[in-house]
Amino acid sequence: MFGKLSLAAIPWNQPIPLITSAVIIVLLAAILGLVTYKGWWTYLWREWLTSTDHKRIGVMYVVLALVMLIRGFSDAIMMRSQLAVAAGTAAGYLPPEHYDQIFSAHGTIMIFFVAMTFVIGLMNFAVPLQLGVRDVAFPVLNSVSFWLTAAGVLLVNVSLVIGEFARTGWLVYPPLSEIAYSPGVGVDYYLWSLQISGLGTLLAGINFTTTILKLRAPGMSYSRMPIFCWTALASNLLIVAAFPILTATFAMLLLDRYLGFHFFTNEAGGNPMMYINLIWAWGHPEVYILILPAFGVFSEVIATFSGKPLFGHRSMVIATMAICMLSFMVWLHHFFTMGAGANVNAFFGIMTMIIAVPTGVKVFNWLFTLYWGEVRFTSPVYWSLGFMVTFVIGGMTGVLLAIPPADFVLHNSLFLVAHFHNVIIGGVVFGAMAGYTYWFPKAFGFTLDERLGKAAFWCWFIGFYLAFMPLYVLGLMGATRRMQHYSDTSWQPLMLVAFAGAIVILAGMSFTIAQLIYSIKTRERRRDTTGDPWNGRTLEWSTASPPPPWNFTVLPQVSGIDEFWRMKHAGKKLTSGAPPPSIHLPRSSSLGFLTAFCAVIFGFAAIWHIWWLAILGLLGAIALTLNHSWRLDTEVRVSAKEIAEFETRRKVKPG
Amino acid sequence: MRVPIKTRAVLVLFGSVLFECGCSTSGVLDPHGPIGGAERTILFNATVIMLAVVVPVILATGLFAWWFRAGNRKARREPEWEYAGRIEFVVWAIPALVVLFLGGICWIGSHDLDPRTRLHDSAAPIEVEVVSLDWKWLFIYPNLGVASVNRLVAPAGTPLHFRLTSAGVMNSFFIPQLGSQIYTMAGMATELNLQADDPGTYAGLSAQFSGDGFSDMRFEVAAVSPQAFAEWIAETRAHGGALGTQEYAELTRPTHKDAPRTFAAVSPNLFDAILATPGAAPREISK
Repeated sequence: MFGKLSLAAIPWNQPIPLITSAVIIVLLAAILGLVTYKGWWTYLWREWLTSTDHKRIGVMYVVLALVMLIRGFSDAIMMRSQLAVAAGTAAGYLPPEHYDQIFSAHGTIMIFFVAMTFVIGLMNFAVPLQLGVRDVAFPVLNSVSFWLTAAGVLLVNVSLVIGEFARTGWLVYPPLSEIAYSPGVGVDYYLWSLQISGLGTLLAGINFTTTILKLRAPGMSYSRMPIFCWTALASNLLIVAAFPILTATFAMLLLDRYLGFHFFTNEAGGNPMMYINLIWAWGHPEVYILILPAFGVFSEVIATFSGKPLFGHRSMVIATMAICMLSFMVWLHHFFTMGAGANVNAFFGIMTMIIAVPTGVKVFNWLFTLYWGEVRFTSPVYWSLGFMVTFVIGGMTGVLLAIPPADFVLHNSLFLVAHFHNVIIGGVVFGAMAGYTYWFPKAFGFTLDERLGKAAFWCWFIGFYLAFMPLYVLGLMGATRRMQHYSDTSWQPLMLVAFAGAIVILAGMSFTIAQLIYSIKTRERRRDTTGDPWNGRTLEWSTASPPPPWNFTVLPQVSGIDEFWRMKHAGKKLTSGAPPPSIHLPRSSSLGFLTAFCAVIFGFAAIWHIWWLAILGLLGAIALTLNHSWRLDTEVRVSAKEIAEFETRRKVKPG
Repeated sequence: MRVPIKTRAVLVLFGSVLFECGCSTSGVLDPHGPIGGAERTILFNATVIMLAVVVPVILATGLFAWWFRAGNRKARREPEWEYAGRIEFVVWAIPALVVLFLGGICWIGSHDLDPRTRLHDSAAPIEVEVVSLDWKWLFIYPNLGVASVNRLVAPAGTPLHFRLTSAGVMNSFFIPQLGSQIYTMAGMATELNLQADDPGTYAGLSAQFSGDGFSDMRFEVAAVSPQAFAEWIAETRAHGGALGTQEYAELTRPTHKDAPRTFAAVSPNLFDAILATPGAAPREISK
């Protein structure tokens, strides 16, 4: 009846997950209680949970990413504190079977549910506005994508209370992840939650590729597209090309685990090396899926706050697309130590270095965007400058790791851990925070507090250096990753410094939360009534803050790069022309929410081998989708009167 | 972004402390063999070449941002300036030249330091067969007929030729002070050539996560004089039992923190037998 599930699945003897999950459950109950008490359910359901508005979906993605950042960071601080104490003969406070789950969950959550979710959220919010269109190509699919990601998040977090998470590292290398060596449900939690959320990501990739290729404001040729849209295009092309590899690879591992296949097993002709090749054929493009949109954010921020167009727009586009292509030709650098021949290793090493060329070009172009500009030191600029300084260091260590003989001594060491945190925190996280601060007033109609924002930046910046520079050194000292304890006590001082760094980053995250609360409280005096709080350049700043559900009353006519800037300077009103008699918007849909609900049921049941429930969940999802396909009424009409009312209100506003 | 002098001083101090730590301990920056030495040279050369670009970029970032700050009346402004062909050429050329240079280092280094390349030395290498087990290391000396667990004894100044495999999950065989690491994988034999130039004790470890006992999967490398090595072989042959199929089956059971031990004899072709039966010893279900 209940498959492998029994009361023994709850970790009664482990106080840390038990207490953590108790706190989470109480918190969730409190939030749900508050929503019920205040009678917000109808509003939430109609305006958010079933919304097909790309802006709202974008906001929900970002909220999800921020919540999961806290979860992923809790894992990080446990790891850092464990390693700060577990020196010499000390075992620390986290036994291996728990510690191994923590680092596996940390990597999985930070990549899939923080970084991915955050950049998709930013693209969701900003891309249609920058393109000057009313929505994405497939609005209901967009909602489905988001909810499938949320389903994956939910399953990963359920593993905290019921059962366990993978104890194999964030990419579950076989044969360790095969049923012979990992008989528990941990790897199954990992596989099913990522299969479900990965499907959501693939659908989002298809949606955004289509949107950017097919829906742009009249006159917006490719050469006039804002650079963030270009990076979003590159990123989504990579999603479309790379995520099917991930899905197929996980499907093969699932067949191994559930039906006794031998794709990646040691015996019966299986080959674990194949898995490692396949997972990195997805994994390396994945890092560019994350970093390219961040590059786009920095480009927008630096150009806007320098009061200058982006230097070398065409060069930037070429560099972006070059990275997009090259990212598929370097995967082997993740395992030079597997024993491939010198020619193979050298080829992949050189291909990897070649990526540094377009990346270097980007850095130089940002420098020349600052040059002869008038730089306003807002917090998005802080994040961008912090990124430029930090990222070149990460790039340098990356090129070091790309030289096979150097990698032979640095592979899997804490040097490697320091390198990828250097580029992911210094690149993706800083970019996400810059984008969050930059577009926040557009989304909500008021700006975030600058002082708290800068405090958050300094804590992240200094905290990053404190936490990760020691890891570079420890790596050179021979410390390897994923250790639960170490005997060499001379490593401990640096481990303590790294722990202090994590505490400083914690302060940075607290400042971000404080900034949000404080800014909401003081929102009346930080209202953005113009729609253009930063003196922006691209089309999203031409509409109201927050924009109406239809984004633009009159669709903009584009005649060059930085269209809004050109219009402002030509003294023309961008949205001139008669408003249309009516606007058709996609009707909100519960398909995403309900399908994701079925997906959670299916995933959970599959993890615990409760087959009747799994079939029920799967049939439910199929039935919902079929039912949706037969819908007749897909749009709502916004009347001319409603549009006129909105426009009048906008004009009446002071400022 | 203005950084006060005090902060800068702290940063410099912090940086130099990190540097000192990195050089003074027994890691990859303190090699005791030709492979490790050559790899350190590549590490240093590549770092210096890149620093020649990275440092100016970092300085320029701070300088440009600060000089062109909104309040600076002395700064020139060209709000329409967005393209300059010559600058574009230079910004593509600089990273391209650096990569061209590093690419050469990469190509030559990959070939010179290929783990399978025999060391150029007049002495015949000592053959060692390595098997990674849960969670310990087995070293078989096929030509000398002895074996040891978690302690590798080798003559200093003599090349070592390793053939490596795994009894189950993947591991990575790594002695940081001697250089290159290589994966151990069931059903497959990888090869590695190393040498310890100086007598001494070096730490060895697994660099690829392999499960709950991974952190203790460490071994000691004792590089001794050729004479002491001969004595060790003689002594090992004189004491302890043999390593046969049954003893090997015993070894495949998961254990933590095994103390080093030796076997006076090894059944011939044990390594090839292990290679031929990959995955014969799945781990017992742990708690």
